[in-house]
Amino acid sequence: MPVLTSMRGNDAIAYAVKLARVEVVAAYPITPQTIVVEKIDELIARGEMDADMIHVESEHSALAAAYGAAAGGARAFTATSSHGLAYMYEMLWWTAASRIPLVMAIITRALGPPWNIHVEHADIMSTRDTGWLIAMAENNQEALDLALMMFRVTEDPRVYLPGIVGLDGFILSHTVEPLELPDQETVDEFLPPRRQPYVMEPGEPKAMGNLVPDEYFEELRMDMHQSLSRARQVIMEAGRDYGKLTGRSYESLVECYRCSDADVVIAGIGSWMGDAKIAADVLREKGIRAGVLRLRWVRPFPWEEVRESAIGKKLVVVLDRSVSFGHAGPLFLEISSALEARPSMVGVLAGVGGVDISYEDIARIVEHVYSMAEERGRVYIPAYWYHLGKFHPMPPYEPAFLVPQELPKGE
Amino acid sequence: MAVNIRKLPRKKYVMPGNAACPGCPETMGFRYLGMALGEKAVVVIPAGCSSVIQGLWPRQGWGLPVLNIVFAAGAAAASGLARALRRRGVDAQVVVWAGDGGTADIGLQALSAAAERGEDIIYICVDNEAYMNTGIQRSGLTPYGAWTTTTHRGKSEFKKPLPQIVAAHRVPYVATASVGYPWDFIAKLRKAASIRGFKYIHLHAPCPVGWRFDPGLTAKIAQLAVETGMWILYEYENGRLRLNPPSNRLVDPSKRKPIEEYIKLQGRFRHLKPEDIEKLRQEVEMNWREITAMLKLQEELERQEKA
Ligand SMILES: Cc1ncc(C[n+]2csc(CCOP(=O)(O)OP(=O)(O)O)c2C)c(N)n1
Ligand code: SF4
Repeated sequence: MPVLTSMRGNDAIAYAVKLARVEVVAAYPITPQTIVVEKIDELIARGEMDADMIHVESEHSALAAAYGAAAGGARAFTATSSHGLAYMYEMLWWTAASRIPLVMAIITRALGPPWNIHVEHADIMSTRDTGWLIAMAENNQEALDLALMMFRVTEDPRVYLPGIVGLDGFILSHTVEPLELPDQETVDEFLPPRRQPYVMEPGEPKAMGNLVPDEYFEELRMDMHQSLSRARQVIMEAGRDYGKLTGRSYESLVECYRCSDADVVIAGIGSWMGDAKIAADVLREKGIRAGVLRLRWVRPFPWEEVRESAIGKKLVVVLDRSVSFGHAGPLFLEISSALEARPSMVGVLAGVGGVDISYEDIARIVEHVYSMAEERGRVYIPAYWYHLGKFHPMPPYEPAFLVPQELPKGE
Repeated sequence: MAVNIRKLPRKKYVMPGNAACPGCPETMGFRYLGMALGEKAVVVIPAGCSSVIQGLWPRQGWGLPVLNIVFAAGAAAASGLARALRRRGVDAQVVVWAGDGGTADIGLQALSAAAERGEDIIYICVDNEAYMNTGIQRSGLTPYGAWTTTTHRGKSEFKKPLPQIVAAHRVPYVATASVGYPWDFIAKLRKAASIRGFKYIHLHAPCPVGWRFDPGLTAKIAQLAVETGMWILYEYENGRLRLNPPSNRLVDPSKRKPIEEYIKLQGRFRHLKPEDIEKLRQEVEMNWREITAMLKLQEELERQEKA
């Protein structure tokens, strides 16, 4: 029987790891991820979970140890945030291109300086090019469910790549929410025993990760690319099966809230999409037909779903919680690249470094951008920064910014 | 502990046609590793000559299973691998085979942590005293005075005392070895494999390319390092220090060959001035003084305990 309970997002991840029967966990503490490691250690200490916990000295080693364990045939897990993830960067590549399935949770947090422990998506977005699957939860229930799904998807022979489950620092990680904890039998039925492309065994001379001729290297990269595309199908199957077992289906790589008849689509990832849904309701009361497109998966990129949800719309507003400096928000760039029949598009940067964004802020943003689009006929603004109630156009996309309003006064 | 070299397995663990330079000490060492541990070994190799010597996929120059890994992660990846194999009930010995750079510099943090956690692995530092794979740059284990492509006037610092640093972690087994003394290295590997916990073997490995000597001389130069007292063969077993036969009698300085015999064969020391050689001699003296002082103290303590 599933248990109706309530817990913090980080605990939800820890329970998913336990239910997935993970055998080796290697992790290093960093706020706001720390609870994950602590909780897993506690579960092991209480005898509720049978796993090796490797208390490594750094995140570089955390992923290396998890990788070693996974290469040795064990289901492995790690979790990190922000600087921890940056420190792991080299191993992200090594793991993915080794085709070693393992799962990592990223509790999103800003990178310094200045030090800031609050939410920002710069960390998770920086992993996009490394070959990992990336999912992003809206709430604690989804964090748990996606983590369980991630084990199954990454260990599917059509995929064989590692996967990241993201959840927003503090907003989810430290917030208690009600959720349903599936029972072990259900998870066992959903998640088959570990499969992987090879296992390091004594007496079987083989090499993993040695030099290859360039042509093979490129072929391997092509294969990773194709596997990530194939993962789409695997995710849909897993999401459907999960739905059959738990009543919560994750068949689609995106969630569309009141999208079908909308004129304006608010697109984004993570917990603030919950607020965006309220904002859409508020906007509809004001006569603006708004909907929300939430990407549950960033890799594979739900290209078809994004395109479909934008067809015939007047405006797509993409909310980004991080910046690709000198250009725009990374999610804006991803989404805009998927849209052929271009509606008006505005990329709004907001909430960076944990700055609070309420549903009222989101409604205000959309209202402002919508009226601008109506006025001008069509707009395409990749980067428009909303900060403490004010809009800050960013060059070169808004001419207002090209001519400084006021010249700085020299000495 | 005696090993009869003629009775060792003949199976090849270093494949012909691999990409090593002629006279390569890493291939010599790896061959001994295979002879000592055989099919039990699973090897983790961080970036370095040994990752390249394997050659191009789909060929494989090492006759043991090898998990290649990024430069800093040898000990960490081996920790995970050893845990997984143990959980699965597989009888294996996980071995890290890392260069001096991968051990003393970039990999030191992971090494220290794995030692502190007591991971059940054998960590071998293949010490060719520089970063050879990237073209002979200085490492923390390059000796004083040695030329490298980043110490054109000779290195101005001493070699990091790594075996002592690892021993200070109080792991069950630390040993030094040399490719010039295969039976000693093989015996030490076998002993290490019989012990549970973290084992460290520091293998001195003269590299003809980086040290500038004739490739036919690798074993001879390795032996000269020991005979001149510049490299000392010893073991710490459960914290107890013991000198090993080739170095035993060299406690007496008069039994040591002059260090010039070792230096003069190597291009990397060609530029040394007499005062540099004097400094090197002082380092040798310092090392021996440390070792003998420890041995004396150990004896004294044991006497007191017995009394
Ligand atoms: C993070 C990182 N920095 C630098 C390198 C480049 N690199 C590869 S091998 C190597 C030196 C290896 O030296 P050592 O560990 O002494 O082994 P050897 O080649 O002498 O066997 C360096 C600097 C790398 N692979 N990874
Ligand atoms: S440079 Fe030295 S250690 Fe490296 S392969 Fe050549 S001989 Fe061996």
